[in-house]
Amino acid sequence: MSQNFRLNNIGLINRNKKISFKFNGKKYFGYEGDTLASALIANGVHLIGRSFKYHRPRGFFGAGVDEPYAAVQLNRNNETEPNVKATEQELFEGLEANSVNCWPSVNFDIGAINNLLKMFFPAGFYYKTFMWPKSFWYKIYEPFIRKAAGLGVASTKHDKERYEHKYEYCDLLIAGSGPSGLASAYSAAKNGAKIILAEDKARFGGTLLTDDVNIGNQNGKEWADNIISELKKMPNVIVKNRSQVFGYYDHNMLVMSERISDHLPITQKYIPKQRLWYIRAKEVIISSGSIERPLVFGNNDTPGVMLSSAAKEYLKIYGVLVGKKPLIFTNNDSGYETAIEFKKNGIEPIILDTRKNPNSEIINEAKNLNIKIKFSYVVVVAKGYKKVKSAEIAKISDDKKILSNIENIDCDCICVSGFWTPTIHLASQSGAKTKFNKDIDAFVPDKSKQKETTVGAANGVYTLEETLKTSFDIGYQLSKKITLKDNRVSVPSVVEKKSEVHDKFWCVPLPEGKNYKRFLDFQNDVSVADIELALREGYRSIEHVKRYTTLGMATDQGKTSNLNGLQLVSEVENKIVPEVGHTTFRPPYTPVTIGAIVGREVGKHSKPTRKSPMHQWHEKNNAIFVDAGVWLRPRYYKRGDETLFEASKREAKNVRKNVGVCDVTTLGKIDIKGPDSAEFLNRVYTNAWLKLPVGKARYGVMLREDGIVMDDGTTTRISENHYHMTTTTAQAANVLSHLEYYLQIVWPELDVNVVSTTEQWAGAAIAGPKSRQVLQKLFPKINLSNEGLPFMGYLESDLFGISARIFRISFSGELAYEVNVQSDNGNFMWEKIMEVGKEFNIEAYGTEALSTLRIEMGHVAGSELDGRTIPYDNSLEGMVSKKKDFIGKRSLNREAFVADDRQKVVGVVPLDKKTSIPEGSYLVKDANAKLPNPKLGHVSASCWSVEYDNPFSLAIVKDGKNMIGQKLFALSPLKNKSIPVEIVSSHYVDPKGERVRS
Amino acid sequence: MLHIKCPHCGLRSQNEFAYGGDASVKRPELNKEVSDKEWNHFVYLRKSLRGKHLELWHHISGCRQWIKVQRDTATHEIFKTFKASEEI
Repeated sequence: MSQNFRLNNIGLINRNKKISFKFNGKKYFGYEGDTLASALIANGVHLIGRSFKYHRPRGFFGAGVDEPYAAVQLNRNNETEPNVKATEQELFEGLEANSVNCWPSVNFDIGAINNLLKMFFPAGFYYKTFMWPKSFWYKIYEPFIRKAAGLGVASTKHDKERYEHKYEYCDLLIAGSGPSGLASAYSAAKNGAKIILAEDKARFGGTLLTDDVNIGNQNGKEWADNIISELKKMPNVIVKNRSQVFGYYDHNMLVMSERISDHLPITQKYIPKQRLWYIRAKEVIISSGSIERPLVFGNNDTPGVMLSSAAKEYLKIYGVLVGKKPLIFTNNDSGYETAIEFKKNGIEPIILDTRKNPNSEIINEAKNLNIKIKFSYVVVVAKGYKKVKSAEIAKISDDKKILSNIENIDCDCICVSGFWTPTIHLASQSGAKTKFNKDIDAFVPDKSKQKETTVGAANGVYTLEETLKTSFDIGYQLSKKITLKDNRVSVPSVVEKKSEVHDKFWCVPLPEGKNYKRFLDFQNDVSVADIELALREGYRSIEHVKRYTTLGMATDQGKTSNLNGLQLVSEVENKIVPEVGHTTFRPPYTPVTIGAIVGREVGKHSKPTRKSPMHQWHEKNNAIFVDAGVWLRPRYYKRGDETLFEASKREAKNVRKNVGVCDVTTLGKIDIKGPDSAEFLNRVYTNAWLKLPVGKARYGVMLREDGIVMDDGTTTRISENHYHMTTTTAQAANVLSHLEYYLQIVWPELDVNVVSTTEQWAGAAIAGPKSRQVLQKLFPKINLSNEGLPFMGYLESDLFGISARIFRISFSGELAYEVNVQSDNGNFMWEKIMEVGKEFNIEAYGTEALSTLRIEMGHVAGSELDGRTIPYDNSLEGMVSKKKDFIGKRSLNREAFVADDRQKVVGVVPLDKKTSIPEGSYLVKDANAKLPNPKLGHVSASCWSVEYDNPFSLAIVKDGKNMIGQKLFALSPLKNKSIPVEIVSSHYVDPKGERVRS
Repeated sequence: MLHIKCPHCGLRSQNEFAYGGDASVKRPELNKEVSDKEWNHFVYLRKSLRGKHLELWHHISGCRQWIKVQRDTATHEIFKTFKASEEI
């Protein structure tokens, strides 16, 4: 298909490079430098999609971020992306895009029947209609509405594109590279400030690319090009195009999304698709410009009705005509600029001006060019379904209430201009107040809250001369404050046309007996009638009106609709706009991809991975790893085609029978030093610590102030004022913060220092009846008898020439030792252990066997110390000192904590001795009782007891102390299981604890 | 994201810190008789102030010092920061 609407001699596109692309399966051509929108319009395509609610045909309304309609499904680089704005997407070779929200096709859309039923779709329709019956909501209404109202389709595949985050600091961040942005950036950069200049489009310059102005004897574009090329050469300047500053957060932190590869057919290797910049700026200049407002009339959503500034942009940047019989409908001078551009390119426009008798330079120019102008005229209704074919126009009375001389005129597009709305999103996000400027009928930023300054059109300044003057000055003043330098550049002379004031009129009344839809929000299909209805129904706050009607809540966030909505509310309510106020602006200003927000933190990179020094040995020996906090720990070592169950059973059995070794490097380790260390431990732990001798370890339990168990572990007195504390793997970081809190904030008088040594020590637990023999081989010189190294004893020795710490502590319930060496020597230690242990049938065991061993011994761990249990619940009441005070003690006498039937840990065995009990099962008296079945407790941990060869679980049960011997049921609705069980002691194996002392 | 001036390290991003709650809370002294009400206040009850608030932050990915920060809970303005040992 040929580009029938492309001109030959105007625009910034590269006509030497033809690009082919597909839209809805059909092939078209465009040029390098086009957007998908400009290329489609060049080919005469104006039907892009269907509207949200009524499925009315949708075309293009804008030419950039403000576009409310033209969201497409984009296929690129074997990925699919929903809701990409065709006005922002740059054309690349092979681009494929499809319409969204239409079925079966954009030309014939079944959902359009909603349009015929529109009297049934008023504001709040969904709230009013789908209330009854309640159960229908999930099953019928919601899925149907979602399908009918959905936009694009999100991919369910893993996104293989790469996204990055970057942190940057600067003196001055300038958001927007229009005249105000360029002027302030240039002036600040010349004064030595470190600046970042961000532009969301591919081309720098903003309105300078399309406005007929002259700066310092250059046309606008030449001036912009020269400033940019000079800025790019300066070392203190970062200039970024395709970069949208979308959020203004606390303490001058701004976030910018840079689209690096979206305009290319594929993403190159090592280059991200998008990059998210976190920028901390000393000062911010908001030069985000303004967005043209629509005028509102009947069927003003018909494809072919668009902003006059967009029509001018398509013409001057892309050399594309949005129509060949344009009707310009305006309430200010901007429409004339578009008309003049049409005329200069051989097209005959007709201007309808709502003003009665305006007079300005530009109006005179239009008159001199013999452009047909009708004053006090309005468009009543656009005619045509999928494209504008004609328009009914009328003369409007001076009070703007009565239409007369209604006539139909031919046109193929209607370019509207309802004056300009400053883009105050960033300023408002920063917390700045806004004020209503009556001269421009719009809000502008008021007093700053953070260090930001809004300049140019974003601040309601619409003349170039004034914009440049203030922007140069502000760039200089702000940079001077930071750099303390005083290099001032002169402001260039400006030639521009003076404008006449705009007309406040914006919404065309309906002719007698007509009921045309007049749209405010084009993406969410919110019409004038919807707002009026909401107000009649009693909605007053603009925030409520917004939510009830969904005005401004679509993906364009009401960039073109908000202000007209406010004007309407104020007119109906007979208030002035500032009294109505505006809704809150929240980031992001434009949609941001989830990929950019997540950055590199996906999959394995979503958190750091810690590996023990013995990791490679585990890998070589077929360890299957499991995430334990940030650590990777061997879960079991697979032999042949063993299952997890078989392998862990084998490993645990070998510990009970011979000897096993487990990597315990991951346990948290905290070094505690200082003369008051004993006193500190005495306050932190529930048991007594003042009399622990040097060379001895003790098990300790620590509580939170609310009496709940926080963590447990052993602490060893290395020397007089030096202790080595161990914590569970999961709680290591929290315990350190907890200790630091008490030392720094609560008891600063204690002379104690704590530091994490988790990564400094590699640890191996050697457990089993033959562990002493293994240890003796490792440390032939030391006496390992019960006298030489008793249970809970500690020694230092050397292991084949390297220094080692030996603790006689046990988690498995067997005779056991833990050996620590410096991390660098971890692998050496491990290999020596395996080497000398060979003759005793030593085997490495993983966390699954470790759990089995502790569960059948009744040792509590994370699944019982779950943040809801007190020492009593875990049968640790013997660890609680009655004599001294400690953290959390005062809470232990709370009523529920001392209740007679308080929960307690017990053992659970299935009656058939075969069926494993799923963790998390509920314990109940009667499996078939009426729901809600009273719950007595829950199963916290389950294993296959290797001692008795049957399943065994731990559970925390109400009145646990009196439950031993009772027969209950373990219910697991998730796994659809009901298992008859018996409650037994939690100490299933070696209840007297003889083995650890053997 | 806040920018917090650690009195030991200087200006740092909020993501180096962990929030630690109301800094004006004083733990009852050890071995002292404390009424149920008093203890309940200490463990559970916190004011949810709008405006100037003195709070604790832990420079967890930095110097690991607990610090005091005077912050406006509505505007996030930080007026001043103190070492744990400093009185206001």
